[in-house]
Parts: sequence; structure tokens; C-alpha cells
Amino acid sequence: MNFINRIGEYTLMLGGCMAKPERLKVFWKRCVDEVMNLGINSMGIVFIISVFMGMVITIQTAANIDSILIPKYTVGFTTRQTIVLEFSPTIISLILAGIVGSRISSELGSMRVTEQIDALETMGVNSKNYLILPKILGFMFILPFIVIYSMFLGIFGGWVVGTASGIITTADYVYGIQYWFEPFSITYALIKTVLFAFIIASVSSYYGYFVKGGALEVGKASTKAVIWSSIVILVVNYLVTQLLLID
Amino acid sequence: MRVLDDISFQFHTGKTNLVIGQSGSGKSVLAKCIVGLHESDSGEVLYDGRDMQSGSTSERKAIRQEIGMLFQGSALFDSMTVEENVMFPLSMFTKMSREEMLDRANFCLNRVELQNKNKLYPAETSGGMQKRIAIARAIAMNPRYLFCDEPNSGLDPKTAIVIDNLIQDITREYNITTVVITHDMNSVLEIGENIMFLHHGTNAWQGDRKSIITTDATAVTEFVYASTFMKDYKKRMK
Repeated sequence: MNFINRIGEYTLMLGGCMAKPERLKVFWKRCVDEVMNLGINSMGIVFIISVFMGMVITIQTAANIDSILIPKYTVGFTTRQTIVLEFSPTIISLILAGIVGSRISSELGSMRVTEQIDALETMGVNSKNYLILPKILGFMFILPFIVIYSMFLGIFGGWVVGTASGIITTADYVYGIQYWFEPFSITYALIKTVLFAFIIASVSSYYGYFVKGGALEVGKASTKAVIWSSIVILVVNYLVTQLLLID
Repeated sequence: MRVLDDISFQFHTGKTNLVIGQSGSGKSVLAKCIVGLHESDSGEVLYDGRDMQSGSTSERKAIRQEIGMLFQGSALFDSMTVEENVMFPLSMFTKMSREEMLDRANFCLNRVELQNKNKLYPAETSGGMQKRIAIARAIAMNPRYLFCDEPNSGLDPKTAIVIDNLIQDITREYNITTVVITHDMNSVLEIGENIMFLHHGTNAWQGDRKSIITTDATAVTEFVYASTFMKDYKKRMK
């Protein structure tokens, strides 16, 4: 029953967000701020994770190919497929669910316990529309760019370690990353990404917005936001993959 | 759980109306019901005849734009500077240019005697300054109603009196209806022009700062004369 209540509360929260903003200029500025706060500020960690994961995927693939019948370019092909189909859209989203999700939840939770949300409501501002919708739209806009950036970095990292350690030549690697390329795999990855961005921003906002209590509850809400965002991402990832990739 | 029961009262324009009572008596809940943050199960909250509880969304919004509220913890927006905090309601609900908003913000900040603090963030200011910034924000839109929830909490006695006097001065200057929620007896004696005493969620007594000293109502006398200082004062009066 508690779970159903939460789903109802979450749905009502989303409904409350979908109103015409008080001031389009203010709303637009809020969206741009959220793109910067939630997206651009995550670029550093995405850079590090993507490059190193690309390196490891290349090494792991090369290390597990022990047949001379398997061509060398398979390393590049496997690296590309792993990064484009799952690592960049799903794993990066899961990592950002931790970073961005806890940030959103703790920001809104702190605003709730310090009565800043009450202050907005008292002034006549639709606090859900003012606080939550820019986060959802801003993150849905920027996450696909972050994921594309991660794809390039992952593949680049694989090339660096592959050529530097002599696992594969540049020609084989480049042939491998171009081999049997289906543009739909990018579309599939970006569809997932937009859904994941919505999940991270909305679920985390829900846990932050409805915090009751003090600092301890804000911390608990952040943890719950990360856990539930991750669970929902994994379930949606399975469903979308089943729907889009299996005929 | 029933927090408030059978409460009926009228606040006066141009006066500081105080709602007092012990912790847990329902003061803050009452304030939140009045400003529409909580909905009561029954009853009316009338703003010059307009019902906050049963009005349409646009009617409620119109009333809310006439309300200025000072929260217990000031509730300033951490991510905004002092002047941005004061300008915020103007940017949301008026078509003023940035220069006009800045002028208005400076006027309000001067009114609360906070000059040259515009570019500071709330975290860089003291508790008393935060209260004054919150008052400046509350009066930015020329409110008809000003609500102050425990405006003196966490302040030293001297700063508390400055805040009390500021609230009273603004009330008279702009002829607004001010409601102060407090349990501070200094505030009661300093600015209590129309006092409502809440006890266990009911309106137990109503009067002014003179009559609260002389009343025989048990719940009120227990509250008023709880401190040793007030007990001594009572003895001296006798």
C-alpha cells in the first residue's frame, strides 16, 4: 500500500510540474542553470570513467581471444559494441544516478527542511514547476550529449591502450569499430539515455521534494533516490532492450 | 490527530497581531493553514472576505501574492545573493525591468537597515541579518498581509527587539495586517497589540499586552509567569 501511495504521489508531483511557467525568461534561465549544474559539471568524472573503461574493455577482449581464427579487428568491434550499446548509455547513467541523483535529492531535501519550498509556495510560485521541471528538462537535454561524449572517449581509450601496448594496430582497430555498424544502435542508445535522464531527475526530485524531518532524513532520501533510480533504470533498460532489439 | 479545534478570530489591519502559546500548541500549524500551506478539514480562512481554502487556484494565487511571510529559519534561497533573494518575487510576478527591481530591492534593504550587503550570500550573513533580509523580501511586493513565524528564534535579546520593532514599524508604516507567531514574552510585551493565546489547539484567550499581565485565565498566567523574572515582576506589581 505504501508503494502504491508513493507511485500516486510521484504521479501527482509530475502532474504538478506540468504547468505553464510563471515567467518563461526565468524558467529558461533555470533550465540553462540545470544543464550546467547537472550535466557540464559531470563531464570530468565521465571523462575519467569512459577512458579507463574503454581501455579495460579492449584489454579484456584481447585477452579472451585465444583463437587465431578470430580476426584482430574483433577487439575494436567488441569495444564499440560494448560501449555504444551498454556501457555509455546504461553504466554512465547508473553512475550519474549516484552523482546527479543524490545532488538533486539533497538540494530539494535541504530546501524542504529549511522551509525554502514553503517560502516559494507562500509567494504563489508553483514550486514543483519552478524547481523540478527545469531539472528534468535540463537533464533530458544534456545526458544524450554526455553519453555521446562518453562513447567517443571510451573508444578513444581503447585505441590508446590497444596501440600503445601492441595488442592491435590502428588499422585493425579502426576497421573493427567501423565493421558491421548499424546506425540504429546509436538511436537505441539515445532513446534509452533520454528515458534514464527522466528517471534520474524525476525519481530523485520526488525523494528530495517530499522529505519530512531534518538533516538525517535528507541523507536517507538521497540514498533512497540513488537506489530507486538505479533499480528503475535497470528495469527500463531490460524493457527497452526487449522492445527495440528483439523482433 | 486533531491539532486545531474550534478556532475563530479576526486580525486587525495596521496592528501587530500575535498568536502565542506553548510549544506544540498548534501555532505554526495555524500559521500554515492561514497562508494555505496546510488545508484544514473544515472552516474558512478569509482575507477581506476572500476564502483561501475554497477559492480557485488563481484566487488563491492572487491572495498569496498579497502575503509576505517571514519563516522561523528565514528560508532565504541559498543559491541567490541577498539582492537576488529580495528581487525574486518581483522577477516572478511583476514586469519590472532589472533596474527597477534593483531599485526596489535597495529600497527594501535600506528599510531594514542593510546597506552594502547586496552581493553577499545568505550563508555569509548573521542570523539577525538573515531575518532582516527575509523581512525585506517579504515587503518587496508591498504585501497587505505579513506573517512572521517565530521571528526571534535563535536571536540574542537585543537583536530580537530590533526585529520586533522593525516588524511593528513596517506594520504601521504600510498599514498592513501583521500576524506574529511567537512564544517569546519579550515580543508579547513589546509589540503585542492584539494577542491570541492558543492552548491545546484552541483559542483560549484574546486581549492585548496590558490585559495579558492582569488576566486571571489559568493557562495564560502559567505561560506568562513561567519565568522567574516574570514571577518577581508580578510580586513587585502586587
